[in-house]
Amino acid sequence: MSGLKDMLKIVMVGHVDHGKSTLVGRLLHDTGSLPDGRYEAIKAMSERRGMPFEWAFLMDALQAERDQGITIDTSQIWFKTPKRDYVLIDAPGHKEFLKNMITGAAASDAAVLLIDAHEGIQEQSRRHGYLLHLLGVRQVAVAVNKMDMVGYSEERFREIERGYMAYLASIGVKPTFMIPVSAREGDNIVEQSAAMPWYDGPTIVGALDAFASVTKPIDLPLRLPIQDVYKFDERRIIAGRIEAGSLKVGDELLFSPSNKRARVRSIEAWNTSSLPEQAWAGQSVGITLDEQLFLERGEIASHAAKPPVETDVFLGRIFWLGHHPLKVGSRYKMKLNTFETQVEVQAIKHVIDTGDLGESSAEQVERHAVAEVVMRARRMIALDSFSTLPRTGRFVLVDGYDIAGGGIISMEGYADQRSLITVASTNVTRVKHEITDTLRAERNGHHGGVLWFTGLSGAGKSTLAIEVEKRLFNKGYQVYVLDGDNIRHGLNANLGFSPEDRAENIRRVGEVSALFGRAGIIAITAFISPYRSDRDRAREAGGERFHEIYIHADLETCEQRDPKGLYKKARSGEIKDFTGISAPYEPPESPELTVDTSRHSVDECVDQILDYVDRHFSLSGQRAVREIRTGSR
Amino acid sequence: MRGRASSLRRSQLFQGFPVSNLDDLESQSIYIFREAFNRLENIAMLWSLGKDSNVMIWLARKAFFGHVPFPVVHVDTGKKFPEMYAFRDHYAKAWNLNFISGTCPPIDEIDPSLPPAARSAARKTEGLKRLVETHNFTGLFAGIRRDEQATRAKERFFSPRGEGGRWDFRDQPPEFWDQFKTDFPPGTHLRIHPLLQWTELDIWRYTQRENIPIIPLYLSKDGKRYRSLGDQDITFPVDSTASTIDEIITELETTKVSERSGRAMDHEAEDAFERLRAEGYM
Repeated sequence: MSGLKDMLKIVMVGHVDHGKSTLVGRLLHDTGSLPDGRYEAIKAMSERRGMPFEWAFLMDALQAERDQGITIDTSQIWFKTPKRDYVLIDAPGHKEFLKNMITGAAASDAAVLLIDAHEGIQEQSRRHGYLLHLLGVRQVAVAVNKMDMVGYSEERFREIERGYMAYLASIGVKPTFMIPVSAREGDNIVEQSAAMPWYDGPTIVGALDAFASVTKPIDLPLRLPIQDVYKFDERRIIAGRIEAGSLKVGDELLFSPSNKRARVRSIEAWNTSSLPEQAWAGQSVGITLDEQLFLERGEIASHAAKPPVETDVFLGRIFWLGHHPLKVGSRYKMKLNTFETQVEVQAIKHVIDTGDLGESSAEQVERHAVAEVVMRARRMIALDSFSTLPRTGRFVLVDGYDIAGGGIISMEGYADQRSLITVASTNVTRVKHEITDTLRAERNGHHGGVLWFTGLSGAGKSTLAIEVEKRLFNKGYQVYVLDGDNIRHGLNANLGFSPEDRAENIRRVGEVSALFGRAGIIAITAFISPYRSDRDRAREAGGERFHEIYIHADLETCEQRDPKGLYKKARSGEIKDFTGISAPYEPPESPELTVDTSRHSVDECVDQILDYVDRHFSLSGQRAVREIRTGSR
Repeated sequence: MRGRASSLRRSQLFQGFPVSNLDDLESQSIYIFREAFNRLENIAMLWSLGKDSNVMIWLARKAFFGHVPFPVVHVDTGKKFPEMYAFRDHYAKAWNLNFISGTCPPIDEIDPSLPPAARSAARKTEGLKRLVETHNFTGLFAGIRRDEQATRAKERFFSPRGEGGRWDFRDQPPEFWDQFKTDFPPGTHLRIHPLLQWTELDIWRYTQRENIPIIPLYLSKDGKRYRSLGDQDITFPVDSTASTIDEIITELETTKVSERSGRAMDHEAEDAFERLRAEGYM
């Protein structure tokens, strides 16, 4: 019984006209893999066009491709060596057809990247190298082609080798081999070339056979994205493909982001003598559960001990294929495995020049560019960092009807929000309070609530908070400032400065300030709170009593003020992940109030805030609280 | 002894662990079936009665746990082999299929500039076009494979067809990470190709492993057998002594004769097949 043979998919990439299709033709011919009559057919096609024998016509099946001598779309062909079976994927090298190159390269396990010895390293040589890296293709052989055109010169080969190795090293790729070849003449394809005695490395076929086989990620944590739920008969079957890990009958599964749990009752199958007890990565399965949960396509099943990250914001390293540029504020449909949601481009961190790897800031990402962007969703997404779990760490963006880009996920600097949104204690019943909000407000003469100050370090949050507290107190308000001092030393003394701890810090401040508000007091919080997700959660806790006040000052001003010398330390690298310098600040989208401390004095800003409080908290509009009290006596 | 014991344990531990290339292909095809079933409203499967489309029906039953939850369509040129009609009538019932038969227009309604065999094959394209219009199908499963023919090698798993079923092979959508294009403007339908990555050899190995029924015309009789089945008048048998599936597999492991060498329409002109496919042929 065969079918057990090892199979590897190899993509041919590189700049246009550097000989990818020719190499495929040569490989097929020299390994005796061409069907009968194919060689003759190619010969006839070449003659009909008055050309010398053109190997590329094997793969360039379209008339337009043959007539223009250019590969438009990716193609695949099968061949085998004594060691194993191969699928060769030919990818177009013309910039215009980058989407087809990606289609081919993303399907591969390993790559051969061609560079024309005569022309040397070109734009697409670099871009394709970079994209392979981004697509997760880690095994790369570089073929320096057309050596016959440079007199089989070792010097020329070494020169290209040095240049390209340096480039690959800078993007973290270590090529498996560098091979001087002539695809047209058949040098170092199957047979060692007599014209290049100075080269003693493997031929192309030798390099292919030396690539490692692909293994399935069965040792990684379980990830089973739900593809569909079937009810064709009495069974309610959850269908999907296991992307990583394995599962057994009886396992408890955690579904994210709904955070529901159930046990696997059975693994279903058709036309088998007995049902399987276990299933592994790579298998399309169907399972039934011991509880009838309402589950939707897009949820990811995992084991509870190693769940995916939950977040509504993440960093994406993307390639853009859209006809319209990607812009800050644009919305796209994001697909991550079977999950779909609307996302917004919150920021473009930088656009990466794949030629010199320079990073520049930009307002938009043009077609065929690579960039690092911050994406935000309106709901929680279950995902993983690409570096830990590639198959649940990548996504595509859909613009209108079209797939317009793809990217890999990094959670660097962003917190896993799972612990922040999961209610651990479930046996708590609410006690109804008999003192109502109205009773409290009537006694105090004002409503309770939260003034949530957010802004960069040095923007003036603490200064304003202390000043506003004093002035409000003098006017008769019940008011209290929560800041790093009274929170970090007590309630949050057990928290450090990891992204998760910072998020937890803000979550607790949000909850405590909400309690203050409910108690009838005005709580002023003075924390940078740079992430929108964290502030949104505080707003959820505070409800309608929550008032977000953006204490705005531009970075330059803040850095000049630098009251605690923190910017200096951040610039010198002494402090890592410092907001505004080495970590993002996400400004509020629609704060209740913005005060600009770079344009107004402290007193002016305090007046603005006081005016706001009088209008929104006082029981009788503009009038100060004390006046109300005296008036009622 | 010790080594033997540990390898035994390992094999028990991994009982049912997929090791074969066929398992990977099966899993991928099932994934594609389930995506199309979830994303598209009105889908159907094209059943040519040949070895590939029988594997395709089998895979659908695996994907949907014994059910084929959409219509199965045979676009009938009226010129198939009697063995094919017998097979169709029997298994449409035996497999409990929601079966639809479509008809094709007469030859004089077809573009006369096409070479004769291609013109004959184009009847099927026209029949298909009418079927899609009548039933408003937005997705059709077709059992084509990349290794059959060079233009099919350039296909996508989810391949959009424009007005009248036309294939715009110059501008195909990107397709990667199993994210398929399932959004499209009205007037478009999708061809979905669950077998695209399979080879002829894979099809036979799987047919044998799963014990899938086939039409006996594939097996050698008097030194000839059909490798590919189409209309009687434009399909020819090839020299072969393979009279069992085992023998077919052995033959294919070494043969250098191409699968569609017995299909006349492929060989009339350099671009005959490309033109057929651009107009909507499978």
